Amino acid sequence: MRMLGRTAQNLFWLSRYVERAENMARLLEVGYRMSLTSRREGGASEHLISMLQAAEMDEAFAERHEVADVDTVAYFMMFDPANPSSVYSCLQAARTNARSVRTAITTDMWESMNGAWLEFSQIKPRDVRGAKLLGLLQWVRQRSHEFRGALLGTILRDDGFAFLQAGNFVERADNTARILDMKYYVLLPRSSLVGGEIDIQQWTLILRAASAHRSYGHVYHDRYKAHNIADFLILRTEMPRSLIYCAHFVRDNLNLLAKLYGRREACHDAMDDLLKLVEGTNMDQIFTHGLHEFLNDFIDGNNRVTDTLSASYNFY
Amino acid sequence: MGENTPFDEMYNADGSVREPYRALSEWLGEQPEKGLALMQADAEAIFRKLGITFAVYGSEEGTEKVIPFDVIPRIIAANEWRKLSRGIEQRVKALNAFLYDIYHRQEILKAGRIPEKLILNNAAFCPQMMGLEPARGVYAHIIGVDIVRVGPDEFYVLEDNLRTPSGVSYMLEDREAMMMLAPDLFQRSKVAPVETYPENLRRTLESVAPAGAGRNPVIAVLTPGIYNSAYFEHSFLADQMGAQLCEGQDLFVDGGKVYMRTTTGPERVDVIYRRIDDDYLDPLTFKPDSMLGVPGIFDAYRAGNVTLVNAPGTGIADDKAVYTYVPEIIEFYLGEKALLNNVPTYNCTDVDQRAWVLENIAELVVKEVHGSGGYGMMVGPTSTKAQHEEFKKKIIARPDNYIVQPTLALSTCPTHINNDVAPRHVDLRPYVLVGDEVRITPGGLTRVALKKGSLVVNSSQGGGTKDTWVLED
Repeated sequence: MRMLGRTAQNLFWLSRYVERAENMARLLEVGYRMSLTSRREGGASEHLISMLQAAEMDEAFAERHEVADVDTVAYFMMFDPANPSSVYSCLQAARTNARSVRTAITTDMWESMNGAWLEFSQIKPRDVRGAKLLGLLQWVRQRSHEFRGALLGTILRDDGFAFLQAGNFVERADNTARILDMKYYVLLPRSSLVGGEIDIQQWTLILRAASAHRSYGHVYHDRYKAHNIADFLILRTEMPRSLIYCAHFVRDNLNLLAKLYGRREACHDAMDDLLKLVEGTNMDQIFTHGLHEFLNDFIDGNNRVTDTLSASYNFY
Repeated sequence: MGENTPFDEMYNADGSVREPYRALSEWLGEQPEKGLALMQADAEAIFRKLGITFAVYGSEEGTEKVIPFDVIPRIIAANEWRKLSRGIEQRVKALNAFLYDIYHRQEILKAGRIPEKLILNNAAFCPQMMGLEPARGVYAHIIGVDIVRVGPDEFYVLEDNLRTPSGVSYMLEDREAMMMLAPDLFQRSKVAPVETYPENLRRTLESVAPAGAGRNPVIAVLTPGIYNSAYFEHSFLADQMGAQLCEGQDLFVDGGKVYMRTTTGPERVDVIYRRIDDDYLDPLTFKPDSMLGVPGIFDAYRAGNVTLVNAPGTGIADDKAVYTYVPEIIEFYLGEKALLNNVPTYNCTDVDQRAWVLENIAELVVKEVHGSGGYGMMVGPTSTKAQHEEFKKKIIARPDNYIVQPTLALSTCPTHINNDVAPRHVDLRPYVLVGDEVRITPGGLTRVALKKGSLVVNSSQGGGTKDTWVLED
């Protein structure tokens, strides 16, 4: 049975929203930890704002809150229904998409999604201040893992699977790029040096946000260094949140669609363009070009993949 | 009918257990303390997790609720069911013949058996259907007949529901849940299966595909979308049948044919099980501002390029005012006496009947002619004086808008209430499929009024459901 364009769209965004909820939790965790370890007065607020900048949520936040502290930022990123990227909004959107495609996903996937939403929507924001916040952030990550596990364990490897997987990894690439870009917005104290203690500490937190602070050691056998960390999150094919890994993953699933449907579409060309950014380059070139500029190019190229994919497969 | 003590389906008047309920009675006796309460909690968790929900229109909080499920099944004996199903089959055949006639030669009107005015001036009459030839001559393919029982051998049909009867997914999920909760009870009884419904639905839909369709007709379920109260059921049925679940925006008409928008371009659709009301089906033919339907779909239907299930205009045969004529209709088309009783219905436009109704309103049930789902109705004996007066005024203002019936003493079934078992009133909605043949699923959906003494079983009014067992010989 052929798939409705709308179904494909719902599947793609279902996965994107689940991944985005997870990454919101990751991003907030980094912001929260940075604010705890900040050594300067007013530093906490600055870290949180730079985190919001990286997520392109700083303006929306400023419209609603005067002070950026852990409580206001956590509320905004976790619970605020007015913030379309809050965990609340993401899970709600994911569930709405899942409900629209009940027939295209498995019962296990639906139950996982529905359960996550039902539990999360019961939580009262005032109950998760302070130490409880980290617990909830972990819970969000685990529910995302559970959904992905249900997906991998139960769904047919057909076009629906390809759309789900593409959505997941397009979103993850976007988020990894943004988490890395956060470093651009985090200003080092004037007295500190690039490569100094605080600089490295910030890079470490970025690794942590990608669940990569342990695996880093296995790959580099070295102290935390900016060059390595950026390399790890951009160019290492064995790192499951790196840009190149995500891009390859999306490409494979677009190729699956081309095989199933018997032809290539505009999105396959957009994908090739994106791959050119991360293949055949190295960190020296990227740093010379400018990390922030490189990440912007990547995010744009990644968005073009979504746009062309939507047009190629009759999303509407 | 209407004795003071309602008929109890489990116990005889002397307290002994009726035969069909023997295994259940033993089983109930063996349940540990709190056993039923635990089972009830498990059931609730199963339903919520599966997302088996319905929406209550006008309720402020949560748009989705779990319909209460009672863990004690309702049981119908084999011989009782045989009688019922024969009566149902007779009814749906006659009603389809009536629809064919009304939209063609109108013999029954010419013969003066039904007043012409009642049909032709009726809002449910669909002039666009005149002369149209539906596949196999079937108009109402999917029917849910509402039946109540008032005695060991006395059944009444309340409504025929020929438009888009809902609830069949509850029938299926109730059975699923019951088998999970009480497998040991099933082992002691021979229960007729209901799981064949989705396959029978598919066969029925395939059997009415247009002549031009291939060997495997493409079937779509057309839903108003995820905010509709029965969306769960729409997706459930599509899933179970392996059909495509579509919204209006997913379909379009080109050159008099219906297509769906797929990832690889347009694909032809042959049969549409639509869960959208007639008025919203096609903005070009019906309500012009409908966003739910598909522009041009009615013309494609007229041209015989797609089959709509149920056909538009079936409402004329389950209109509450036409209902009173069903025995007449059965006799006219089949030459048989009706096997199932109609509830006597008073016509408020008749001066004498109206006077009697207004005087006796405290004993009667008043229903809006076009109401459904328990909205806009009043049950005299359980309503206040003020409500009686309110409905009297309504009847006087618009006598044609109401029908009035005696309050039936609906039968009761044992029901789990707060870790105790107490009798509660029930009705029954068997599901019928009409295509190449008539297929009736044994049992149906039993709805139960959970409030003590209440006769309103609708889920929107605090009703629950029960698994319904038809025993095999």
